[in-house]
Amino acid sequence: MSQLGLSQQDIESIYDALAEAIDEVGEKKEPLLLAKLVLLLANRLGDQRAVMEALAIAGKDL
Amino acid sequence: MHQPETQPRFSTWYPYRVYPYQRQSFTGDEPARVVIVGAGPIGMATALDLARFGVPSLIIESERQVSHGSRAICLTRRSMEILQMIGCHQPFMDKGLGWNLGRSFYRGKEVFQMQLPDSDENRFPPILNIQQQYIEQYLIEAIEANPLTRIQWGSSVTGIRQDQEVATLSIDTAEGDYDLAADWVIAADGGRSTIRKLMKLRMEGKAYSGNFVIADIQADIDLPTERRCYFDPEWNPGNNVLVHREPDGIWRLDFRLPDGETPEQALEKQVLTQRINSILQMIGQRVKWSLDWATVYSASTKTLPDFVHDRVLFVGDAAHLLPIFGVRGANTGFQDSNNLAWKLAAVIHGGSDKKLLYSYSSERVQAAREICDEGGKSTRFMTPPTAGYRRLRDAVLSLSLSQDFVKNLMHWRTSRPHTYANSSLNATDDGGEAFTAGPAIGEVAHSHRLADNDFLLDYLQGALTLLVFATEANGPVFEMQSSFPLRRIVVNRNGSPVPGADLVIRDRNDELSQAYGAEVGTVYLIRPDQHVCGRWKHVAAESLQAAINRAVCAEEF
Repeated sequence: MSQLGLSQQDIESIYDALAEAIDEVGEKKEPLLLAKLVLLLANRLGDQRAVMEALAIAGKDL
Repeated sequence: MHQPETQPRFSTWYPYRVYPYQRQSFTGDEPARVVIVGAGPIGMATALDLARFGVPSLIIESERQVSHGSRAICLTRRSMEILQMIGCHQPFMDKGLGWNLGRSFYRGKEVFQMQLPDSDENRFPPILNIQQQYIEQYLIEAIEANPLTRIQWGSSVTGIRQDQEVATLSIDTAEGDYDLAADWVIAADGGRSTIRKLMKLRMEGKAYSGNFVIADIQADIDLPTERRCYFDPEWNPGNNVLVHREPDGIWRLDFRLPDGETPEQALEKQVLTQRINSILQMIGQRVKWSLDWATVYSASTKTLPDFVHDRVLFVGDAAHLLPIFGVRGANTGFQDSNNLAWKLAAVIHGGSDKKLLYSYSSERVQAAREICDEGGKSTRFMTPPTAGYRRLRDAVLSLSLSQDFVKNLMHWRTSRPHTYANSSLNATDDGGEAFTAGPAIGEVAHSHRLADNDFLLDYLQGALTLLVFATEANGPVFEMQSSFPLRRIVVNRNGSPVPGADLVIRDRNDELSQAYGAEVGTVYLIRPDQHVCGRWKHVAAESLQAAINRAVCAEEF
């Protein structure tokens, strides 16, 4: 999980787009948006282990 | 003094009959005294299943009439095959409504279709809708016509004790109480089993908190026979509605209650009426209706860890509480009864070790646990138990409008026969790996159409079966010995008689041989409940004899 899969420029664009999408749907619908996004990306990735690892990392240091 | 209801229950369409209480006793001529507690579908199916192996039984029932309400309305194909085995499928076929399509809607769009596998190889449809009143009525009629089966109505069990020799039930009736001695007690007394409570047996598993209303209405609704599910309708946000058609113009409406609402609140007349009107508006059928029956249920995935307790054997809901999703209740129970009956008969008649009954427990407990796992997934989707499950359910519904990959997460898995792949009754030298087609060890023998109104399963009845493909009369199958009735069915191309065969099936175009991956000399060993317990392309006599002995736990084995 340490390897960076995207260029600096690409991850920055995603960072902004995600922030703006969260603002746009509002606090109430944010969790639903994020849950949908995770399922979509997980399906695109097609790698159960990678998703489980990412989930474990995401849950750390909250 | 037990005083069951003596007035016919209310119904807009079903004429309830009140059966008389009459005390029954054993004559002493029976091979064993078998008492079945509970005249529900599973208790009665067990009695009829025992009768086909020559074992009489007495059913003790606390009520004096059939089920209040339509309750279990979906019979699977496997349940119909079991009803055929016990000789009473025809009235079900005449009355029931077959279907194979489940449709799911969300925000006005059809987001998923569940197409249950169907083909003309089968006598029965994937699912048959029929009210439990009819299920019980047809079973009662079969029981009344069978000299080996009796029901004692209006008799409540209040106590049970057992030792090495005998189990004794305390029975309470309108004429007072008495003790009834039995060699075997079959507890088929349902989800709130008295026997289970009296014996202080605990089920393992989980109960889910969401409550659902089931309401049956009589209405002239113009929709085909299919299962409809509406997720998150406007009138019931976050919850779901199921709609099923039943015979006689009855419709089953099933919906989840808003959190925090009590069953009493939900069944309050004005609340219920308003919701039924909302459902009818949602499905585009604003018709006149009358309410027949309504109740509230919640889902559980629970099972006893052992179904055999010395002389007391548990079947159906008394043994496990399974979710309604995937029609798991009665359909699982019929498979319990069909698994137990031939084994208990074999032990009673002698020749089989009591170990055979332990295989009933291990096979069916494993089935119940697998159903708990699978049914738990459906339940967590239909009634999310936590905020996390609710979030993921909502995400899947939202994605279902545009993304195919989430559709299988809706968990429309339907009850089907369990495969006893690791049963102790299976042959140890099974030659299954050599096959490229046909039912594997532990599976139910696949249905196959032989001719019009003529199917292979019609012949796998009432015995241990050797299904032998195109063989000479001098093969090893004709030397086999068995303590349990053994039937030799030979399959050949021209249907010519084979000495020693109980039946010859003509396989004109080799279709059955191909479906079963068979060559000349192939043998399938099939249990009395139609599950395969061994198959070989070619088999030596001693292997086959060992497999037969193993399948019935033959005592000398």
